[in-house]
Amino acid sequence: MKILNFSAAAFAMSMAAQASFAETEITLWHAMGGQLGESVNQIAEDFNASQDDYKITPVFKGSYEETLTAGIAAFRAGEQPNVIQVFDAGAATVIGARGATIPVQDLLADNGVAFDINDYIAGVRYFYADSDGKMIGMPFNSSTPIMYYNIEALEKAGVEPPKTWEEFQTVTAPALKDAGYIPLSQSHLPWIFTENFFSRHNLQFASNNNGYDGSDTQIMINHPAIKAHFTALTDWKENGLFEWYGTGWGDNAKPFEDGDVAMWLGSSGSFGGLLKKDLGFEFSATMLPYWESVTTEPTQTFIGGAALFAMSGKSDEENKATAAFFDFLASADTQYFWHEATGYVPITQAAYELAREKGHYDRFPAAEVGIKQLTLPAGDFTRGYRMGFYVQIRDVMNREYGRILTGETSVDDAFSTIETEANELLARFSKTQG
Amino acid sequence: MKRAGFTNIWLPVSLLLPQLSIIAIFFYWPAGWAVQSSFYLQDPFGFGSTFVGLDNYTDLGRNSEYMRIAWFTVVYTTLVTLFSLGIALLLAVKADKVIRGARTYRTLLMWVYAVAPPVAGFMGIMFFDQRTGPITDLFGVFGWDYKLGVNYNDTAAAMVIAAVWKQIPVNFIFFLSGLQSIPRSVNEAAMIDNRSATGRFWQVTFPLLAPTTFFLLIINITYALFDTFGIIDTLLKGEPGNNPMTLVYKVYLDGFRGNDLGGSSAQSVILMVLVLMLTVFQFRLIERRIHYT
Repeated sequence: MKILNFSAAAFAMSMAAQASFAETEITLWHAMGGQLGESVNQIAEDFNASQDDYKITPVFKGSYEETLTAGIAAFRAGEQPNVIQVFDAGAATVIGARGATIPVQDLLADNGVAFDINDYIAGVRYFYADSDGKMIGMPFNSSTPIMYYNIEALEKAGVEPPKTWEEFQTVTAPALKDAGYIPLSQSHLPWIFTENFFSRHNLQFASNNNGYDGSDTQIMINHPAIKAHFTALTDWKENGLFEWYGTGWGDNAKPFEDGDVAMWLGSSGSFGGLLKKDLGFEFSATMLPYWESVTTEPTQTFIGGAALFAMSGKSDEENKATAAFFDFLASADTQYFWHEATGYVPITQAAYELAREKGHYDRFPAAEVGIKQLTLPAGDFTRGYRMGFYVQIRDVMNREYGRILTGETSVDDAFSTIETEANELLARFSKTQG
Repeated sequence: MKRAGFTNIWLPVSLLLPQLSIIAIFFYWPAGWAVQSSFYLQDPFGFGSTFVGLDNYTDLGRNSEYMRIAWFTVVYTTLVTLFSLGIALLLAVKADKVIRGARTYRTLLMWVYAVAPPVAGFMGIMFFDQRTGPITDLFGVFGWDYKLGVNYNDTAAAMVIAAVWKQIPVNFIFFLSGLQSIPRSVNEAAMIDNRSATGRFWQVTFPLLAPTTFFLLIINITYALFDTFGIIDTLLKGEPGNNPMTLVYKVYLDGFRGNDLGGSSAQSVILMVLVLMLTVFQFRLIERRIHYT
């Protein structure tokens, strides 16, 4: 009996081994830590359970920058993963290296997966696309900057969430200040008050169609509208209408979470985290304000966050598995799960509709703000930007903005410094592509 | 005198080979690569590259921000070295005189040595936190509106304090053993000639400590230049913004965060030259003037 049991077990095991041998295994390197990482693992498990042919293994590689650097090192050593998550600022690096990745649109087409870019939400479609509009990276954790507000604080001050910066300046902020709050903080000056500032007002951010049409791009940051915005910021800070707690994301979010700051500009992807934190006050969100003096027809913002890229140099079998995973990922059910768990926006129209049908936005109106903002009317300069060495360019912005807000430099000097240094970096990047 | 020697050249060569190959693989080979890639601007994935000659170096020279970082590195290294040596020497001299409970007292002073630099940085964040840091509160009592991560000088102060705190125990151990190796007879003779304790310290004890101090000086300079990386990284939380940083951190930022391999290589070559100069300085200029007994 014992022997029989044993041989039965051995037989079962050998069958299992054969089954797993037949599976094509692929890897995904990502930068989603903590709760977000759990959600990624869940998606991978669901994908593995949904079929028997493929198995994906997600690996957490640290921050966005660390993940990209690890991917680059692995690629040069011929040990690259099948899929890598690359963030917005790294897009030019990974897309510029033609041959490092297989455009997602080609990958899907080659493996018989139906693809129509118009299925994707407008603000999501073209950020990770090339100049012809071909999608290179599959948008994954897509977010956009929105304004969260403490409902109690606004009620106490007797104001509505502001639609424009003019309204904020003259009505909302002074009332909030009188009610004993610090009216506003924000968590990412380059992303919220620069890149999306240009998009919200439909202003050109860089030459060559915001950098999409060539590599000899020049940044066009030295614009009167954004300089006026930063001048206003310094005034607000001086008058107690705005506070800046340094460059770190969390340092600026914390005072809002503690109830000291009434309104906070963060990511639509912050929603899930805020909800789980049990803040002790009701919060909601509204769209990123705009300057009526700059435009009366504000346009959409574009996505931040990151996309998934299929790396080249893999067998057809593995690429097929990758295509199947992307197909699974873009499905309405997966997108809805991800959207609900994290607060990142669903990337397809179908997933958005599913979330609406399921009553997600009746329960949490704030969860819809990001998508609404991404589907606002588009303009000529709202699809995003494509600039090389952009991580360093953001570092330069953060440095100069910090100096403006600590009174070390003037707005004019800071913007001309950013313009000069960014253009030097862009010129250097264009040589790396030679 | 009998001169020992090998009869066969291959035996010494094979004995040295493991050591030499480690040096070659882990030091000379990467150093060679760094020098080579400092003359190129290359696509991080390795698809394209352009030979740019000395451009990576001249770009650095023209960049006022790089100069500002270099200047900060000099100031930072000087402050960290001076304070960590000075405080450790003071503690060692005092500890040397403690008779009762000496062992416990010394151990308490040394244990910080076991703290890893990133942990030291993390403790720095907690102590100096804008909202909840006890040291921030203490500064507030004296009217200093201290803001870590917002104000350049405030962040610099936290970096210096954390780095000094972390290095004092190492210096303390060396100074203490240096003091204990000074023969008692020398001290007794000095006591007859000079009744002032301060005078005796500067005229007798300090010169006898010179070999230790010199050794520690070099160790501390390299510590401040390179090993404080973990402290700086944790205090900056990966986002430097308008805060100060050292040259080594800049190499990391440009190379590993920004994927600018050429620019980052040029910076590391500059640092290599700096270390080379420091070593030459150590052996040629100072070593000869200090007498090890």
